[in-house]
Amino acid sequence: AGEGSAPGSGDGAGPPAPERVLFPPTFSVSEIKNKQRRHFMFLRWKQQQRKEKLALKKKRRKEREALGDKAPPKAVPKTIENQRVYDETTVDPNDEEVAFDEATDEFAPYFNRQTVPKILITTSDRPRGRTVRFCEQLATVIPNSHVFYRRGLALKRIIPQCIARDFTDLIVINEDRKIPNGLVLSHLPDGPTAHFRMSSVRLRKEIKRKGKEPTEHVPEVILNNFTTRLGHSIGRMFAALFPHDPQFIGRQVATFHNQRDYIFFRFHRYIFKSEKKVGIQELGPRFTLKLRSLQKGTFDSKFGEYEWIHKRREMDTSRRKFHL
Amino acid sequence: LCPLQVVWSMLGNRQFCSYKMTTKTQNFCRNEYNLTGLCNRSSCPLANSQYATVREEKGRCYLYMKTIERAAFPRRLWERVLLSKNYEKALEEIDENLIYWPRFIRHKCKQRFTKITQYLIRIRKLTLKRQRKLVPLRRKIERRENRREEKALIAAQLDNAIEKELLERLKQDTYGDIYNFPIHAFDKALEQQDAESESESDAEREEDEDDDEDVDKREFVEAEDSELSDFEDMDKLETSSEEEQEEEEEVEEKASHSKSKGKTPLKGPARRKRPYIEIEYEEETEPSTKTKAA
Repeated sequence: AGEGSAPGSGDGAGPPAPERVLFPPTFSVSEIKNKQRRHFMFLRWKQQQRKEKLALKKKRRKEREALGDKAPPKAVPKTIENQRVYDETTVDPNDEEVAFDEATDEFAPYFNRQTVPKILITTSDRPRGRTVRFCEQLATVIPNSHVFYRRGLALKRIIPQCIARDFTDLIVINEDRKIPNGLVLSHLPDGPTAHFRMSSVRLRKEIKRKGKEPTEHVPEVILNNFTTRLGHSIGRMFAALFPHDPQFIGRQVATFHNQRDYIFFRFHRYIFKSEKKVGIQELGPRFTLKLRSLQKGTFDSKFGEYEWIHKRREMDTSRRKFHL
Repeated sequence: LCPLQVVWSMLGNRQFCSYKMTTKTQNFCRNEYNLTGLCNRSSCPLANSQYATVREEKGRCYLYMKTIERAAFPRRLWERVLLSKNYEKALEEIDENLIYWPRFIRHKCKQRFTKITQYLIRIRKLTLKRQRKLVPLRRKIERRENRREEKALIAAQLDNAIEKELLERLKQDTYGDIYNFPIHAFDKALEQQDAESESESDAEREEDEDDDEDVDKREFVEAEDSELSDFEDMDKLETSSEEEQEEEEEVEEKASHSKSKGKTPLKGPARRKRPYIEIEYEEETEPSTKTKAA
């Protein structure tokens, strides 16, 4: 440490560092007591590290060029999606058991085209302006949906009435501090109920470069990245909101994209410029959802049978583990 | 001098009373045994040797009384009587217990009792309705989730994903006949065929071109949803020259654009340019085809 600090102390605070600084191996920057000198030495050390790194990169690149075709393929960088912990409930496309389950679960009537979706959108008590506008826009995006305001009515009493009037789905948007922050999606004739936390809600006027209003055409639906069993059931829930036959004339598409357990909803209008290029323009509201719980029956917070609840202490322990 | 008078002159008026709360217009008394809640000579439990209050505990009302005989025993100072749950009966009980007491205290006790029963009824009614469960937000967790959401958004590359999916669907022919994009090879073959056909007989060529034109026209029509206007446009091209025809077409396409209820986005005209270019070299023989077709 003495040898190293001698040139350091000789340099003091000002003069520029020599090109090749060789720190003796026992030298450690943190051992200098004087803050100014320590800072200076640290900067020099940092510069040296950077130079070495750059030199290494150049060398590698030269080697690669020298080898030409025989060069080993570039290393694939690790991403969270690459490193994802394998979930044993991931659905294999050929799995028969899953196919059988899906043929007999609550959405079978929808997928067999026996029911036409009819959606009821409502809010929690006393919705504020933003929530109201969001509900209206959501109603334009989802065909065959109706907005009703809840004036103090209990959900448990609304549900039998809805079933009597042939509604297939119920959406309740929960509001807190004047912004919508939760979504409860319930498939009606005793279907599963999913409770989401909703964030980043953007109304139509807040979206930049948006197009004109969404029209009455039935949009297409894209469901991306729903891999596990749980993801599959949630995906089917979303699919059951939209009528079966999209009208391609309208060229509208609603996307539910799952990434790392966050479901992003977007609504676009697309146009095919050529067979290799498509342009999309965002209309309609956008929001992101994160699943909090999935319940077997319709909405019942006390006595319901929960299929899945997000338990923070158990499920959030690993950064590479996702459930949807 | 009466000790209580002294007490009051000290506490109430001049010196410090820890139960006293002053506001701009009024003085309040925070003493739990106070009958009215105001700081008055007649309402102060400390400055009155004979005092009574009504207080409720866990939904039941009690009458508390203080007499001068017990002034020396702070532990036994306040005597407590449970009042019946029946409103009228309880009022009678108050009257019974405070029989020879000053009117003011009796009256105020009954008033206080009435108020208490009213709010107890309200509590019971509200508990039957839906309770709003307040779940506290955890700041650290909220921040963590927001950050992760941002990162997930960046990782998702939504636009690319959507575009890829749409192109996949186009390839797999889910759209059927709406979009008529010839695949590259077919495109080249088509061009070759056109190049060759200029040396071949006119009829075949015209039919091909006619078909191509009709196909192109159909493209426009379905996207526009305004069949007749397009055909009319095409028909008007007969009489005018090439350039004028093109200009008219463009203008009228754009006009019909604005007529249609906003179904086509701004990218429409940009897309139109390509078919226009195709039509350009075909129109050289168009007048002849038109006359034959008509």
